[in-house]
Amino acid sequence: MVTPQPGAEIDSFRLGECVHRGSMASIFHLAGANGELPLVMKIPLLGAGERSANVVSFEQCRTILGALAQSPHHPTLVAYGDVETTPYLVMEYVAGTRLDAWTKRAPLPAEEVARLGHALALALHDIHRQDVIHLDLKATNVLYRADGTATLIDFGLSCHRHLPDLLAAEFHVPIGNWVTMAPEQIVGERCDPRSDLYALGALLYELATGRRPFGAPISVGQLRKRLHAMPVPPRALVPGVSPWLQEIILRCLEIDSAKRYQSAVQVAFDLANPAQVSVTARGESRARPSAIKRLAGRLGARHFAPSPPPPPVNVLTPRPVIVVAIGADEAGEPLFEALRAAARRRLTPDARCRVACITVVAPAVDLADDTPTGRHIKQLVSLRRWAKPLGLPEECLTYHVLQSNEPVKALLDYVAVNEVEEVLLGAGKDAAQVVALAQCSVTVVRPPAVG
Amino acid sequence: MLRGNHDAAALGDDVRGLNTQATVLAAWTRRQLRKRHHTFLRSLPLSVREGDRLFVHASAAVPERWTYVTGPRQAALSMEAAEAAVVYCGHVHDQQLYFMSRAGRATAFRPQPGTPVPIGSQHRWLAIVGSAGQPRDRNAAAAYALADLARNRITFFRVGYDFEAAAQKIRRAGLPERLARRLERGI
Repeated sequence: MVTPQPGAEIDSFRLGECVHRGSMASIFHLAGANGELPLVMKIPLLGAGERSANVVSFEQCRTILGALAQSPHHPTLVAYGDVETTPYLVMEYVAGTRLDAWTKRAPLPAEEVARLGHALALALHDIHRQDVIHLDLKATNVLYRADGTATLIDFGLSCHRHLPDLLAAEFHVPIGNWVTMAPEQIVGERCDPRSDLYALGALLYELATGRRPFGAPISVGQLRKRLHAMPVPPRALVPGVSPWLQEIILRCLEIDSAKRYQSAVQVAFDLANPAQVSVTARGESRARPSAIKRLAGRLGARHFAPSPPPPPVNVLTPRPVIVVAIGADEAGEPLFEALRAAARRRLTPDARCRVACITVVAPAVDLADDTPTGRHIKQLVSLRRWAKPLGLPEECLTYHVLQSNEPVKALLDYVAVNEVEEVLLGAGKDAAQVVALAQCSVTVVRPPAVG
Repeated sequence: MLRGNHDAAALGDDVRGLNTQATVLAAWTRRQLRKRHHTFLRSLPLSVREGDRLFVHASAAVPERWTYVTGPRQAALSMEAAEAAVVYCGHVHDQQLYFMSRAGRATAFRPQPGTPVPIGSQHRWLAIVGSAGQPRDRNAAAAYALADLARNRITFFRVGYDFEAAAQKIRRAGLPERLARRLERGI
């Protein structure tokens, strides 16, 4: 195929300036009668050798972008050409900064890592809930728009759980980016959204330390190291990394996908609420794994078998977060107990569900927003006291004292941003308004009548 | 419209692999048929080619043998014999979509009802559209699929029907109880 040049016309699209010329594809701006359009055309390079795999990857990208609902988290597909004669994709041009602009400057402060990671986790959540798994997450495939939103690009190696995976049969080596690839991908598992969370962890690791968790493997042998080894803890490399951030990163990088976060929205949540992260020994550790541990791991890795992937989202509908709104002034043990009983009824045995305990208080005017006032702490304590009898593991619970003069609005904002499945709240003066305005189900709970 | 193995059995052909109930059923059907029905069934082709699509009841490899396409190996044999971009077949009751790379490796895919699947030109495809009745997956709904030729995609569907009435008719006709139960239970 002739290398396309600016000015050329393809299916009545006129090529503008070249944005990117890579080994797999070239990307051009498109020009209209009045100058540039906010569109780009991606033209795969179909050389002789890798033709088959490249064409299939091109088809996969087209299919998946076509199946995704329009969103700022990935480019919108506008048109595509015939794969046999004129293969191209015309997509929205995403003006943004690639994540590698930040990885080059790493190590970065925790707040910046958290901000970038939070936006990326939300983008992943958006595709995961549509049963798409990116599987090729790397710094050059993430763009940040001016408003901070992360946009995922290049779905050529991705998998859609309700569409045939055309790629698996085409490759004989693990498919994806070897720097960020999850252990299960190495052994050919392509159906687990938690693989993207591993890659997210690898990117956060690099942002926080300036190092890659497993370097840049050049052989399958080197790649397989992560089947049995955890990376060196970030705090062993950069002592200033906060324990909460290390906790999040290492939880994403767990070898067994069942031990990682189970959904991207949970990672986003923790990155946005560092104070809520329950830090374990994993988060504090500065120790490199001992020789004995390394050897034991290597022996164990011979039998590495990935955990089974979770069922697709649109088969298993419950979204992970349930909010229990606990009014600051309507205290009373009978109501608390009724709320607990209602929460218990909703907890599934597989603990995928997460309970967010919320109370809204008027903002403290005299102190900076994030400084817990005495009142704030008192509220947190009472939220914890409410949740304790539920006997849930720490990672299934979060506590939030929202500061706002408009309690209903604050609660509804939280519900919208965190994609809450259901709100449980006591029958108080605001209940009707929450019921009317919330985007999710709302259950109004009353204590049993006395007498 | 195509001839299937039960049509052939009703015509009195020697059909391999029919179980006892199916044989009873074929004999019953045969008694109901008039001459014009025979003529009609005899006129049905074993396969139909339409552009680069082939329609066949069982495997396209040797249609009159009624071979079941139960895995990637049989699917590959059927696709190779068909010399078509897409083979549409039945015989097996579960909805299934197979695709074969240029290297000749076939892969099975279980379609999600209602989700359109693009049929790319880089692979050959074999779609088992599923059956009305006895769907084997404990879902009594009937199965069908629609091919969108303009957009090159197939969508598989499941649709409810009055299987209880159908089961009652089977019982009233004095046919084996198991046949009625299979409709009701989707097995």
